[in-house]
Amino acid sequence: MASSAAAIPQAAKSKSFVSRMFGGDQIAFAITWTFAAFILLITATLVWQLWVKSMPARDKFGFEFFTTTTWDPPGEKFGALPFIYGTVVTSFVALLISVPLGVGAAIFLSEMAPRKLSNIATFLVELLAAVPSVIYGLLAIFTLIPLLRTIGEPLLQSTLGFLPFFDGPMYGVSFLAAGFILAIMTFPFIISISREALMEVPREQREAALALGATKWEATWQAVVPHARLGIMGSVFLGLARALGETMAVTMVIGNTPTISASLFSPGSTIAASIANEFAEASGDVYKASLIYLGLVLFLLTIVINGLARILIIATTRKGST
Amino acid sequence: MDARTRRRYFVNSLMLGLTGVCTLLTVSILFMILGYLVWNGGKALDWAFFTKLPKPPGEVGGGMANAIVGSAKLILLASAIGIPIGFLAGVYLSEFGGRTFPYIVRYVCDLLNGVPSIVIGIFAWTLIVVPMKHFSGWAGGAALSLMLIPIATRSTEQFLRSVPLSMREGSLALGASKWRTVASVVVPASMTGVLTGMILGVARIAGETAPLLFTCLGNQFWSDGFNTPTASLPVMIYTHAISPYDDWHRQAWAAGLVLLVLVLVSNIAARLIMSRGTAPGS
Amino acid sequence: MNRNFVVRFALPAIAVVAIAAGVAHAAGALTLTAAGATFPYPIYGKWFDTFQKKTGVQINYQSIGSGGGIAQLTSGTVDFGASDRPMTDDELKKAPAMHFPTVLGAVVASYNVAGNPADLKFTGGALAGIFMGTVKKWNDAAITSTNPGVKLPDAPITVIVRSDSSGTSFVFTDYLSKVSEAWKGKVGANSSPNWPAGLRGKGSEGVSGLVKQTPNSIGFVELTYALQNKMAYGSVKNAAGKFIKADLASTTAAAAGFTKTMPDDFRISITNAPGASAYPICTFTYLLIPTQIKDAAKKKAITDFLTWMLKDGQGEAGALSYAPLPKEVVAKEVTAIAKLK
Repeated sequence: MASSAAAIPQAAKSKSFVSRMFGGDQIAFAITWTFAAFILLITATLVWQLWVKSMPARDKFGFEFFTTTTWDPPGEKFGALPFIYGTVVTSFVALLISVPLGVGAAIFLSEMAPRKLSNIATFLVELLAAVPSVIYGLLAIFTLIPLLRTIGEPLLQSTLGFLPFFDGPMYGVSFLAAGFILAIMTFPFIISISREALMEVPREQREAALALGATKWEATWQAVVPHARLGIMGSVFLGLARALGETMAVTMVIGNTPTISASLFSPGSTIAASIANEFAEASGDVYKASLIYLGLVLFLLTIVINGLARILIIATTRKGST
Repeated sequence: MDARTRRRYFVNSLMLGLTGVCTLLTVSILFMILGYLVWNGGKALDWAFFTKLPKPPGEVGGGMANAIVGSAKLILLASAIGIPIGFLAGVYLSEFGGRTFPYIVRYVCDLLNGVPSIVIGIFAWTLIVVPMKHFSGWAGGAALSLMLIPIATRSTEQFLRSVPLSMREGSLALGASKWRTVASVVVPASMTGVLTGMILGVARIAGETAPLLFTCLGNQFWSDGFNTPTASLPVMIYTHAISPYDDWHRQAWAAGLVLLVLVLVSNIAARLIMSRGTAPGS
Repeated sequence: MNRNFVVRFALPAIAVVAIAAGVAHAAGALTLTAAGATFPYPIYGKWFDTFQKKTGVQINYQSIGSGGGIAQLTSGTVDFGASDRPMTDDELKKAPAMHFPTVLGAVVASYNVAGNPADLKFTGGALAGIFMGTVKKWNDAAITSTNPGVKLPDAPITVIVRSDSSGTSFVFTDYLSKVSEAWKGKVGANSSPNWPAGLRGKGSEGVSGLVKQTPNSIGFVELTYALQNKMAYGSVKNAAGKFIKADLASTTAAAAGFTKTMPDDFRISITNAPGASAYPICTFTYLLIPTQIKDAAKKKAITDFLTWMLKDGQGEAGALSYAPLPKEVVAKEVTAIAKLK
């Protein structure tokens, strides 16, 4: 379309050399193409730098990096398992809290609430996504941690203490605290996208179920939600991807101890938190390379999860086309 | 009504209630955050906060004037780099591209968007801090711009695409060349949307802390130009919040309030403009 | 002058002009960047502030921990570093630097115990046990035996240690290694020891912050942090068998025994110092200056600062509870300054 449409008017006039040079679609194409290609270049450089700079660690530890638990900077022995464990546990706890709450809220907002209320509420929830991570951390240090230490954790221990998850000394800073704060940070994604997915479900589904005598809830749960499950799953993956990469809020509440412990009350560390804490003081090639290796691992993890999320969301919602 | 039907109606009401409670919980979190910050931050805000430099640790008073200016500088630099790149790349994706190359660019753009901010910090460190042999505002601004580019690109593309085909064809029919059409017709028509997308992107990077930790470090003085370590609001909030000093906590609340207000106001403004704005189909 | 023009030309132009102005303004006061120990951060913060008011030279000090100071010095991204523990020979090979002691400080065991007992007394063995995790409760015999009459709660001890590579950790573990064979064998003296127990805080600031907020906790921090934040800290039994509380006098006494034996490169450990009134967990803290400074203006600024620090700066140390350097050490350092190229 472009070339044929442009060819006709150009041929009609004779232009000066300068205007032909600088007025051409070719120039516009070239300029914009360059900037688009720059994005490719910079991302490729990023991946390449991560790969190259983590080489000393990869050469030294290989795949054992992922199974060793010692993190010993002076002895130059590094194992990523405690951080991977921490990342997985906190994200898991976060999803455990935010998925039921988020999907529940999404169902309410899409099915039960009047449209205006739903729009306003969604707008407010989406604003939560704009709150910077460090502010979540600031709030958590002075509100969540004392609350957990004085009320939350003792309560959990007294009721569910027989489970290994709620056993052990209670400090406040813990996997649980990090999971909590991550849950709050993932709400907006889950609610917003699940709501979109649910609203995309054709009216006929609901009407058919209601016509058969189902209550509103039955129609929703058995006819609408299954239809939107791919989109809902996509939102969960998106929330997960966000939770995996979160740095500041997590490092302010997790205790920064490379430990593997079944107890959720134990302090721990995640990949992102460990990099933030130790990068500035990592002397020695292997130490820095190990941290960059961790960064590479996190990067690959978030690519995979984001990719899955995109596929699921594109398949089912309007937002997917963006 | 038999027992089974009664139970079904009961479950119906129960679930309606439960999902409503979920919604109430999640929405009220925003208000709790805002309320807590306004209460604690409001108490702490004073004129000194905006005009004075930080005092040595343990001394009471002082402010974060250099961090406010520092953050502004970093955001400005990041925008100066990221907005043109994002805008022009978005123009390419929407107007000039073919099939495969734009597909690759879009995919890579989403990839870049998903990179954890701490990894962006590592990258900026290896690319800029190490060769320059010092921490600087350049590195911090560049790191932030890397986070802005994908947002700017995708939102530009989205809003440019939403301009109806009829407008483009009308312009071309009148004899304008392709680039002229884009520049004079398509871009102005979508400008509201594009601008709001940029505002949202800038608001997002304004609060980022992790990429700044080992790129522009910090500074208790004014940072001249971009060639020196620069104090920034998010990093100050972090260091002050984990410290033991009550006065530093007070200042962290104040800084948190300032940052949150800036971010929320930009977001609300942008969204309001977008929702009542000119971009159809968004 | 329509909206199009404004958006596509004026705004970017403003941004470019603002940045250019920012860059041009770069020709201002001389700025140096330094990073390192959190231990002396309160006094360094004060000194650099005073020095800036006096000479206009801005020395931007970032407290990221002794390990960070050494790392940044090695990668050349700071003009000089700061550390509580001396650099090892290996580290000096990678980053040739000279050590300049600045002040003496004390590492105290700061605690937050229900009932606020004012002056708990700890033996070295008790401290080793607490931080090793073998002494688990506040009313354990190891603590109650040295604190008769004090009501200690039957609560678990929350140990708080450093998450980062720390000179303070090194000094503390150095002391523990000297007084406890068990500690020496299990953990040893290290800036990033394999702490057997506890929560971790970033910097002395992070540890004090955590101790302040966590009931029934104990952590080791520099004396000034405990004082500035009105936190309780205990006396420790010294080599002579007396329980000494850290303060200016006991810190100065700790260094007194070593002034004659101070090596030329100033690298020395003064933990578990002899002397009846010496506090056993003290240390010199050092500025790490590269032996070769290429930029002449920066070199002058650094030597000016060192000279000022050794004369006037020492006077400001006492107010923040850091002990000034012994006169012999000051004299030795003044001659050493000339060795910087």
